[in-house]
This record gives sequence, C-alpha cells and structure tokens, in this order.
Amino acid sequence: MFQKWKDRVTVTDIVMWMIGGTMLLLCLWGSVSTIRAGLYTSSHWIDFCIFGLAQGSIYALIATGYTMVYGVLKMINFAHGEVFMSGPFTGYFVAMAFWRSDFLDTHPVLGIIVIFGVAMFVSTMIAYFLEKIAYRPLRSAPRLIPLITAIGASFFLQYLFRGLYGSGINAYPDIEILEGFWMIFGIRVLKIQVIVIIAAVLLMLVLYNFIMLTKVGKAIRAVSEDKEAAALMGINVDAMISTTFVIGGMAAGAAGVLYALMFKQVHFFMGFIPGIKAFTAAVLGGIGNIPGAMLGGVFLGLIESVAPALFLDGLGIIAPYQLKDAIAFSMLVMVLIFRPTGILGERLSAKKA
Amino acid sequence: MTKAQSLWNHGVKIGAIGGVSVLIIALVGMIESFGKRDIISGILPMGIAMALIICILVAYIAANKTPICEKSVKFANAVISGFVTSGFLALLVAIGRSFNIRDMFVGASPALYKALTAGIAGAGGIFLILAVGLICGIFAGILIILNDLPRKLIINALATIFVLGLLQELIIPIFKSWDFGVTNYLGKLFYTQNGLTIFGTVLAAVIYCIISLLWKANQDTIKTTYKDLPKGTRKKVKTFGFFVLAVFLIVLPQFLGLFLSEVLTIVGLYILLGLGLNIVVGYAGLLDLGYVAFFAIGSYVVAILTSPEIFSFGFNFWQALPIAVILGITAGVMLGIPVLKMRGDYLAIATLGFGEIIRILVLSDFLKPWLGGAQGIGAIPNPNFMGFQMVKPQHIYYLILAGCMLVVFISIRLKNSRLGRAWMAMREDEDVAQAMGINLVATKLFAFATGAGFSALSGAIFASKIGSVYPHSFNLFISINVVCLIIIGGIGSLPGVVVGAAVLMGLPELLREFAEYRMFVYGAALVAMMLLRPEGLWPEARHKIELHGDDETQTQTAA
Repeated sequence: MFQKWKDRVTVTDIVMWMIGGTMLLLCLWGSVSTIRAGLYTSSHWIDFCIFGLAQGSIYALIATGYTMVYGVLKMINFAHGEVFMSGPFTGYFVAMAFWRSDFLDTHPVLGIIVIFGVAMFVSTMIAYFLEKIAYRPLRSAPRLIPLITAIGASFFLQYLFRGLYGSGINAYPDIEILEGFWMIFGIRVLKIQVIVIIAAVLLMLVLYNFIMLTKVGKAIRAVSEDKEAAALMGINVDAMISTTFVIGGMAAGAAGVLYALMFKQVHFFMGFIPGIKAFTAAVLGGIGNIPGAMLGGVFLGLIESVAPALFLDGLGIIAPYQLKDAIAFSMLVMVLIFRPTGILGERLSAKKA
Repeated sequence: MTKAQSLWNHGVKIGAIGGVSVLIIALVGMIESFGKRDIISGILPMGIAMALIICILVAYIAANKTPICEKSVKFANAVISGFVTSGFLALLVAIGRSFNIRDMFVGASPALYKALTAGIAGAGGIFLILAVGLICGIFAGILIILNDLPRKLIINALATIFVLGLLQELIIPIFKSWDFGVTNYLGKLFYTQNGLTIFGTVLAAVIYCIISLLWKANQDTIKTTYKDLPKGTRKKVKTFGFFVLAVFLIVLPQFLGLFLSEVLTIVGLYILLGLGLNIVVGYAGLLDLGYVAFFAIGSYVVAILTSPEIFSFGFNFWQALPIAVILGITAGVMLGIPVLKMRGDYLAIATLGFGEIIRILVLSDFLKPWLGGAQGIGAIPNPNFMGFQMVKPQHIYYLILAGCMLVVFISIRLKNSRLGRAWMAMREDEDVAQAMGINLVATKLFAFATGAGFSALSGAIFASKIGSVYPHSFNLFISINVVCLIIIGGIGSLPGVVVGAAVLMGLPELLREFAEYRMFVYGAALVAMMLLRPEGLWPEARHKIELHGDDETQTQTAA
C-alpha cells in the first residue's frame, strides 16, 4: 500500500502541495485575524461584495469572448482587450454629442441604447476583421505564430485608436437616471452597480441561450469539439469561426460600455488590464467552457474586491489594495497548478491543452 | 458575376483596401507629422512619400493578383486601383473641409489637408490628389509590363533612396564623427540639413544600379570560386571573416557618437535577454511570458548590494554580479517547479502571472522598506574595471559585448550538447522524449535555470548602466518584446536573435521622432511579419523546413 503511494507521488508533487497548503493557511489565518480585529463592519463587506459582483459580471462578459475563441481556434486572442476598448471609446463621441444636445436628459433610455448599439457595432466590426485579416491565414500555423500575431494586433489596435481619438483620458458624461442610490432590503447600494449587474446577467442569459438553443450555437459548439468532423457534417467552419468572433465582439462591446458607465472614463489603454483579468477568469472557469467563464468572471471580481481586505489586512500588510492584482494572478497560477481544467472544465487531453 | 465585372473586381477591391490603409495613416497623423522631414530636400516630404509608396504598392499588388495574363488588363487594373486609393484621400479632404470631424478624429487637421493637397485650395487640390493617384497607378502598371531585370532595378533603386532618406539621422552623424575631408565632402554631397540633395538622390540610384548589375554579372563566378576552394582555405576565409567581425565590433563605438552608442547598448541588452529566452523558447519550446521577472531580480540584486540607499552592503559591481546571476538561476528553478506539468498556452499564462506578481510585489508599499517601492533604488555606482570607471555608454558597450560573447559561446556549446539535444527532443514532442529516456523534470529545470541566469546577467548590467532601478522598468512589455524579437529573428536561431533585436529595438530607437507611432508600426509589422514570413528573418534550418517543407511534412506537423 505504502509502496504504491510512493510510486505515484513525486518530489515535485510534494513541493507543490506544500506551496498550496501554505497559501491556504495564510489566507485562513489572515481572514480569521481580520474578522477578529473587527476592522470592517458588515456594511463594508456588503459594499465590497456588490462592487465585486458588478466588476465581476463585466469580466464575465469579456471572458465569454475569450473562452469561445479558445474553444473554436485553441488560441489566446490577446487582442480581445482592444476589441473591448474600441466600442466604448467610439461610443464616447456619441455620448458626448447626445450630452451636448440635451438628448441624454430628455430621452435617457433611448440615448443609452444608441450608445450601446454603436459600441457593440464597432467592437463587432473590429473583432470580425481581426479574425479575417490576422488570424484566418494562420489557421494551420504552429501555435506560437497566432499568439505573436495576436500580440501584434493588440499593439496595433491600441495605438490605432490612440492616433485616431487622441491619447487623453476622456470622461464619460453623467447620465442622471444612473446616478444615486437605491435601498434594497435596507441596504444602500449604488444604482449603477445594480444596473451593471442586471444588464450583464441579462446579456449572459441571452448569449448562453443563443449558444445552447439555436442552430448556429449548436454549430459553433460542434466546431469547437472537432473542426473536421463538423465540416463533414456540412457546417461552414469559416463562417462559424467568424460568428464566434462576432458574438464575442458584441459581448465585449457591451461590457465596455458597462465598464465606461461604471468607472466614467475611457482611454486607449483601458482594454489591457480588463483583458488579462478576463482571460484569468476564463481560465479559472475552465477555458472553452461558457458557463465556466461567466462563473470565473464573477468569482474573480468578488475575490479581487474582498480578498485584499479579508486576507491581507489580518496579516499586517500595509496598503493591501495595491496587491489586488497580485491576488488575482496568484489565483490564476494556483488554479493552473492544482486544477488546470478550471472550476467547471472537463479534463483536456494533453494534446489539446 | 459578368465577365466585365470580374475583370475590374481586383483593381477596385484591392484599391479600396489600400484606400483604407492610407486613410488610417492620414487620420493617425503620420502624414502630417512626417511632413516635417524630407526624403528629398524641398521636393518630397516623408509623409507624402509613404502615401505614394502605399498607392504604388497597392496598384502593383492589384495588377499582380489579376489572374488574366493579358498585360493590358493588368495595366488597367493597376491604374484603377491607384485611382480608387487616391479617391479615399480625396473624399477625406472633401469631407474634412466641409464638416468638422476634428472632435472625433484628432488627426484630421487643416494642416493634414494642406499637406495632402500641396497647399492648393478648392477643387484643384482634390483633383491633384486624384491625378497623383492615377500617375501612381500608371507607374505601377508600367512596372508590371516591364521585364524582370529593369523592374527589379527600379524598385530597388527607389527603395535605396527611401532607406537613405529614412536613416539620415543615423548616417549623417557617422559622416560627421569621422571628420576627414572626404567624409565631410560626401556628407555635403548627399545630404542637406533636411533630406537628400537632388544630386545625391540621382547618384545613389545610379550607384545602386551599377553595383547590382556588377553583382548580377559576377555572382555565379564568385560563388563557384568559393565553393571550389579547398576545405582548409575555406576555413581560413571563415576564420578571417570572424576576425574582421570581432575587430569591427571592438572599434564600433569609437565611430559612433554618444547617442548611437546608447542605442547599441540597448540593443545589446536585448540581445542578451533574447539569447537567454532563446534557450527556453527556441531550444526547449517552453513559452515563457514572465521572463522579465529574472531581469528584475538581476537588477534588484545588484541595486541592493551596491547602492548605499537602502542597505549599505558596499559591494562593488563585480562582487554583486555573480550573486545576481546565482539568485536569478535559483529563482528560475523555483518558478520552474510549479509549472513543470504545464504545456503550451497554459505555461505562457502561468509565467505571465508570475512576472506580474513579482512586479506588483516590488511596486507595493508592503515591501518598500527593502525594495524601495515605486521610487525604486538609485545611486548604483558604475562598474569599475581595474581602476577604470565605466561611465559612458561606450564603456558599458564593452561590458555588454563581453556578456554577449560569453552567452553566445555557451549557447552554441549547449545546442550541440546532450542537454541541447534533449531540449530539442522535448520541444518536438514531450511524450516521445520521455519515452526515449529523457528526464523531463531535470531538462525543463535546466532550461529555465539557464535562461534565468542569462536574464539576470542582463538585468545586472542594466542596473549599473542606468544607475537606478524602478519597478516600472520591468513591465510585461519587456517579456513580450523579447518573445517577439526571437520570433521575428527566427526561433531557435542565434544570428536571428541579433537581427531581431537590431530590427525591433534598434530601428525604433533610431527613428525617435516617430516615437508617437512606434508601437503602431511595431504592431502592424508583427502581424505582417507573421502573415508573410512566419519563419523569421534569419531562420534556423530545421525550423524553416518545418514551415516551408513539402506537402508531406506539412500534413505531419498539422496533425
């Protein structure tokens, strides 16, 4: 019995378990001492959670784009963060035009819908042409090459928009119906955060049902299972890959406007960090898995807003919020080490991973 | 589709693509801001030259892609696409003059329209743009009709002129620094303060044509003579070549000014980084996007040990250097262990995460008492070589050169060693390599450790060159740049690393005025490079076969 166990466990496994165990103990110790010290009241925690949920649902929307592209092409679309940025950046000019002409005050809902429409259209176009120009010719190339192309496309798009729209940070206009608070069950919450959560959940439901229930969705799923077999079944693989990029672009454009409405600013570099975070979320949930990406996004958003206070304050680390990105990346590394398939993922064969 | 439509389809379609690209370049502001520099003094500003090149190129491609062999159809397609391309610009000028689109597009300024229309107001300017487009199309059409030899000569002569004009900032200081009568005279002959002289332009084109004709006539004889030499003599020729190269590298900074030497040291540091990552990515096939972490470790170790700012250990550079490299190697092994089981993209993302974690930790207030936080660590003393202070970039250059030589030597020796072959076997297929008795754990860790050691060496030199270290110098872009330069140069190839570093790091430094558009061009070049020449500029023989082999090998790699 012992001999068998000894054969299967290597030294590296033991080292890794030790690392994982230490991290877990540190987190536990940190949270216990934070809660015992009573630095934060329960309303603080609720604020953290709602902000985390709002941020997380934006990550989730972006992450679906990453995960679907990974599903069909098995590549990391590094430029997805720029697809996310392009929409709200263009939408900003529409919003400003509306704001100047008082259209946003007289018809706020219609105005917001138009902004969403413009942003989603631009993001979709960028995603579509990105696939068509940069990725399609490289379908059968070795894996590193599309990755480099994606990095190049990401730089190109960032600096294209910088050149077109300027390098300044532009403030989105205040829209009156989105300002202020709501009281929900006696808890004061920011309107915009609730709206972001609701809108993101609605969009995700639409997207999920589209993928699961429609014929096109079924075809996309077939392509991500096995391209050749799908082609033999009469599915137009190229068209399905384009559709995937279009859907991902729409989701990213919508997420971008939500992000811009919540944080009130757009600039050419805004896609980079959310892009990497969303990729982290996609991996957390199990890459290639759409509900997984949604769950991973929400989870990451929550961890990011709660964990610095919960884990690190108790350990006596000053300015814990500076380390929130480090926590997100440590989560990513830990998940990759101990459960490379993510929270909801199925086991990928070695060739696929 | 009727036949008449399909004939002109190519011209219109490709012309439209060209039109969009010219439009992007104009709206981004490149044409306007490059208008200040001339290729040919007083005649051809660089911005207009770029638009013309795109126009001609697009027309040429349109004609080339036309499937019908009749030359008249090709010619017509070239003219059409040139016209369509210029039509986009004409439209921009027409719209921009009558509506205010500057709120959205910051580059759409009156200065741009003035540059495009050569200052002619009203409809005349728009007609001028269209006429120039037409002329470009006709020129491209003529190029298509011509025979191979004159076509190549014309294209290459034009390219020579463009490159000479583009690199004037590089060439003029070299002429000046020699300061002989001859070079001064040559400098004056070719260049004015801004751009080539007209005489210089013609002369450059003529000289190019003569040289290339001579080479064309004699290249076969030269090549066969070299091949017919006995083996011993050929070896001697090669050794002599290396000797000349070494002497050239040693005296190089003496000719270059301060600025060019500075550029050279930056390129040198990236060569060091690239050589290290080449072992990890190129030889062992492990895509590491967190490579900057080891660079940062090397820098910070040297900073902490030598700078009196935080702790006063009072080490000098040479004492700190081995410690930095050893700590870098240790970090490489320690970060390597957790990622041993990962492959491909997962490995890339995990290492990217590690790199970011280290940067964020260094930046945080939490570790500020030890690492200096966002202010970094300053007052790092310059290295001292046998009582000689290395202050200027020219001095640091020799330090980097020595480092590069050492690393190149180690890389060459490793490549043909047992370990190197194990790396390559692992790169091709991990499972098969393991089945052949390769210890994957040790092999992978050796790759991480060697790469990390080289990177730490580079970081140590970087810290003493700059004199201070900040966490912001160690962001993700350095890792990405290094990966890109390896792939642009040709993955796994040592000369490729040098070429890649020179092209990706050196060229943008030389074209500092273009700083605004540096990343824009860089991104576009990366994409174009991967689409057109994925094996890199100077590929390793084996890799080239893999990408451009016959059909049989291609299907094998696809499967």
